[in-house]
Amino acid sequence: MDVKKEYIPEFDGDLYKDEFGRTNFIVTTIDKIANWGRSNSPWPLSFGTSCCAIELMSTVSAKYDWSRFGFEVMRASPRQCDVIVVAGTITYKMAPVLKRLYDQMPDPKYVIAMGACAVSGGPFYYNSYAVLRGVDNIIPVDVYIPGCPPRPESLIHGMMTLQEKIRKSKAYVIQKPKKNKEEDK
Amino acid sequence: MIKEELKQYLEQTFPSAKVDETFDFPVLFLTKEELIPVMKQLRDAPETKFNFLFCETAVDRNPEFEMVYHLTSTYYHHDMMVKVILEDRENPEIESVYSVWEAADLYEDEIYDLFGIRFTNHPNLRRIFLTDEWVGYPLRKDYQDDRIISL
Repeated sequence: MDVKKEYIPEFDGDLYKDEFGRTNFIVTTIDKIANWGRSNSPWPLSFGTSCCAIELMSTVSAKYDWSRFGFEVMRASPRQCDVIVVAGTITYKMAPVLKRLYDQMPDPKYVIAMGACAVSGGPFYYNSYAVLRGVDNIIPVDVYIPGCPPRPESLIHGMMTLQEKIRKSKAYVIQKPKKNKEEDK
Repeated sequence: MIKEELKQYLEQTFPSAKVDETFDFPVLFLTKEELIPVMKQLRDAPETKFNFLFCETAVDRNPEFEMVYHLTSTYYHHDMMVKVILEDRENPEIESVYSVWEAADLYEDEIYDLFGIRFTNHPNLRRIFLTDEWVGYPLRKDYQDDRIISL
């Protein structure tokens, strides 16, 4: 029975050693190192429209302290942000503002819908003339967090789910140029 | 003055107006024309000194509207309520009480926004919550909107 041997490329490490016998480089892929950086420092936009924002502030502050996971840099400008946490009710008057904020964020950008109002309209789903039924009507959402409002633990869980999603994504996809068939002939 | 004394005082001072009471407040019913002079009298009279309008709102009693003014006095700590019935549903209009209490400014903006009652002599009457191009007045009983999902 053939046992496949593990393929070990020949590598002369001595060429890269310094005078103390240490090698100072690591080998990884671009995807892994880019996702490692992105997932551990998503900067959120300081954006909150109602009571979910109170829970968001509690999560930021000392007791729950989401900077343990690398989210600590709240930015006031959407041009410096990676993730927008939609915390609260979005009315039809607020919807164009939220869309503009999302459009101003640089790629890659992520959206978390926090609480029942941002997920589906929540308590305002029936008999309301002013409330948008879920922010996924206007912007794409990555993570939904249920609750009215969610506990800070659920928000942290949602942010960690977003981190997992970022780690699994393809950071750099190199597309081969398409051949023009007529030129080949 | 306690509620019963205040009610008795109102009945003596305004014999032509109807006076009622709720669980909390004595209620004085006025017409559109006598609103401003009576409000000024209630504010300035040394017996009442209602110097603070703490709530102003409207009720849609289909088909007529009802304006509701809640007054309080920071000298005597007594409260009362003033109501005005507006019969005209198509074009409801009433004099603004901004000249009596400046607190009426934003209250009347909100009532204009949600009920469509116009206030004359108001300094800056505008849509305060909804967008400027909004059609209709949402808190009216006959308001129709396709976006409302009913159970």
